[in-house]
Amino acid sequence: MIPPAFTYLRPTSVEEAIALIAADEDAKVLAGGHSLLPIMKLRLAAPTALVDIGRIEGLSYVREAADVVSIGALTRHHDVATSSLLAELVPLLAEAASFVGDPQVRHRGTIGGSIVHGDPASDLPAAILALDASLVLVGPTGTRVVPASQFFLGFLETATAPDEILTEIQVPVATGGFGFEKFTRRAQDWAIVGVACQRRGDDVAVALVNMAPTPVRASATEAAISAGQGLDAAAALSHEGTDPVSDQSASSEYRRHLAHVLTARALAKAGF
Amino acid sequence: MEITLSVNDETIRRDVEDRTLLVFFLRETLELTGTKIGCDTTSCGACTVLLNGQSVKSCTVLAAQADGCDIITIEGLADGDQLHPMQEAFRENHGLQCGYCTPGMVLASISLLAELDEVTEASVRNGLEGNLCRCTGYHNIVKAVLAAAEAAS
Repeated sequence: MIPPAFTYLRPTSVEEAIALIAADEDAKVLAGGHSLLPIMKLRLAAPTALVDIGRIEGLSYVREAADVVSIGALTRHHDVATSSLLAELVPLLAEAASFVGDPQVRHRGTIGGSIVHGDPASDLPAAILALDASLVLVGPTGTRVVPASQFFLGFLETATAPDEILTEIQVPVATGGFGFEKFTRRAQDWAIVGVACQRRGDDVAVALVNMAPTPVRASATEAAISAGQGLDAAAALSHEGTDPVSDQSASSEYRRHLAHVLTARALAKAGF
Repeated sequence: MEITLSVNDETIRRDVEDRTLLVFFLRETLELTGTKIGCDTTSCGACTVLLNGQSVKSCTVLAAQADGCDIITIEGLADGDQLHPMQEAFRENHGLQCGYCTPGMVLASISLLAELDEVTEASVRNGLEGNLCRCTGYHNIVKAVLAAAEAAS
């Protein structure tokens, strides 16, 4: 399959990239290309231009300051999964990244690209939602920081404006127990359902993959754990308020069942 | 656009259409047809090549993105008649049946062994999750990769 024709542009700075996407409303930003190129090959997207930010210097890093770990948007999944700093300070994120696609996909795909694509079936959006991360967006008029809880607006829709670029993901240090569970038909597939779970003292944050048009927090489960309920009783509430689709992989009823089972496993791994 | 890249240690300069995928550039422009197209949807791994030493699926990389990079395809592994140790291990262990997945399997395995801290049957099976064998000949493929790792140690 061959994507529709487009003009390939390769800016060398964020400012230049923003000017290019601001000048052409049908241009799209290209990073690793592992979400965008497949949908272009299927002719589900036909941008006039691809603005390849992949060569912009200084957007691939993992560093820590004042109990916040900052990750450059161009950091590839492989580098997130194998970062010793993340393994120590935000192990849930490294674990979730190790579940993305397969080794070849993790060598090319970037954390920023996966997050701005906003696919509810992807692993990293749920992980950053459970981790209360923030997203740094740079546009023509400056920089703004959006919490993950306000970032995912709908299916493949995020708070990123058409003329903005995600440059950094900021994640508060989270060294408590964690669990990431993913159920797939084949090893490399998207999750039929996934669960990201981060313990904070006696409380927990639980985010669900593919249970709604966006990644969602399992608020009823979180409240039940805070109220001292048992693991299974809390996990049974995980799909409350969700609206999972029925598709070729699973019925919505089966997805709710999976959410219960996988949340119980993730909570157990997190030490509940 | 004009791209310049190294393919199997040879510097290549070509004018390509912007939308050219790396796999088509390799197969049709350079006529390196050892790299296969299987699913064409980033799933099967038949199109795996090494990009700056790491395995990637060339059906999901633009030739333009590979500008300035080092690409190794299956054609670049052997030294004359001397097979690469991974190719030799696949031959010795009968790690192929129809052979269609083999170029991708061999290159993914080379990348995998370069990254694995601990080579075990489980880590090899898990590490080849991005490559499908339509003959389901996984047993001997894993055996071959373990043998190659053993030979290298």
